Amino acid sequence: MALDKEFKEIPGTIVFDAEQSRKGYWLNQFCMSLMKAENRVRFKANERAYLDEWKMTEEQKQAVLDRDLNRMMALGGNIYFLSKIGATDGKSFQQMAGSMTGMTEQEYRDMMVKGGRKIEGNRRLGEDGDAQRPGKK
Amino acid sequence: MARITASLYTSHIPAVGAAFDLGKTKEDYWKPVFAGYDFDKQWVKTHKPDVIFLVYNDHATAFSLQMIPTFAIMTGPEFNPADEGYGARPVPKVIGDPELASHIASEVIQQDFDLTMVNEIDVDHGLTVPLSCVFGEVKQWPAKIIPFAVNVVQHPVPSGARCFALGQAIGRAIMSYPEDINVHIWGTGGMSHQLQGPRAGLINREWDNAFLDRLIDDPKGLAKMPNIEYVREAGSEGIELVMWLIARGAMADVVSGGSKPKVAHRFYHVPASNTAVGHLILENAA
Repeated sequence: MALDKEFKEIPGTIVFDAEQSRKGYWLNQFCMSLMKAENRVRFKANERAYLDEWKMTEEQKQAVLDRDLNRMMALGGNIYFLSKIGATDGKSFQQMAGSMTGMTEQEYRDMMVKGGRKIEGNRRLGEDGDAQRPGKK
Repeated sequence: MARITASLYTSHIPAVGAAFDLGKTKEDYWKPVFAGYDFDKQWVKTHKPDVIFLVYNDHATAFSLQMIPTFAIMTGPEFNPADEGYGARPVPKVIGDPELASHIASEVIQQDFDLTMVNEIDVDHGLTVPLSCVFGEVKQWPAKIIPFAVNVVQHPVPSGARCFALGQAIGRAIMSYPEDINVHIWGTGGMSHQLQGPRAGLINREWDNAFLDRLIDDPKGLAKMPNIEYVREAGSEGIELVMWLIARGAMADVVSGGSKPKVAHRFYHVPASNTAVGHLILENAA
């Protein structure tokens, strides 16, 4: 039995299920390769050439080149894997997560210090919360 | 015979590990986070565990999509801190307990739970950050550690009910071990947080504290909560909290109908990076 369809009705959220895992298999495995220092060096030296070594779709490669995390998620990326790209770029988890919200780094940090994003209006699609709009880069 | 004397619950946040490693624990932002673990420093001396059964999740460190074990018990003798892309954390190597771990695996499998056995693995922040928070800076971890990893990365992940039942099987397994050792069981991860998409930064203080209340007083009821509720209310990454039910399930009141555990310590703070920090220590009645 497939996952409860309610998982698809959570705003601003892509649940990583078997379908996403299949779509994003090589994107995620590419990300794993960045855990080795020598691969990080090679990737930074020529990103396009490094990406072309992987069975990723052109869309996935372009999303990586653009550092568009929301796009990578939509194409099957899982955040724990995608964070290896962020680590390669010297970014913190807070910077990575914040970059998917359309807020500036400072706005996101301020929001967290003030207690984080509220759940009100953000439980189901169609409510009026601030996570309802589509993600920006 | 081995005894479980306490369970401990804590978030396992990479930024907390980084703050610890870079000597930032006294900065204004971090002081209140680390203050929540001051209690632990004395507590672990008076309640010294011989072994910690430490439930955590790997964060695409050792487990890629090549293999996705639902429940993995580490039966090896030692485990190194992982390099998650920033270099390995400068913390001591983790010393395991192969004999107890194999005993637990054998007993739990014979109670009809399915486990993957792992002998070699690097352990990531999910495991090492709780150790740093509780023990502080040490040359060696003061206890043996049996890492136990749960898949909370690819859905469907195990339910709270399954975790709670597994915890009971683990509790029984530990209690049947013939050495007179003191075992603690830890549940890590959470609390509410979301690291992805437009809903990144989600914090649900009310839900988190209700979760803590129910974990203490009504774990059986809490175990019925479906995974969708964790994800909806506590964020996509809040699903990690199902793992706390493994530790809770191993406590005496659940396994053998003993008295409710004593709440030795409870702490909650927002924020640590993207996450709500929760920390709880429960002691089994003597």
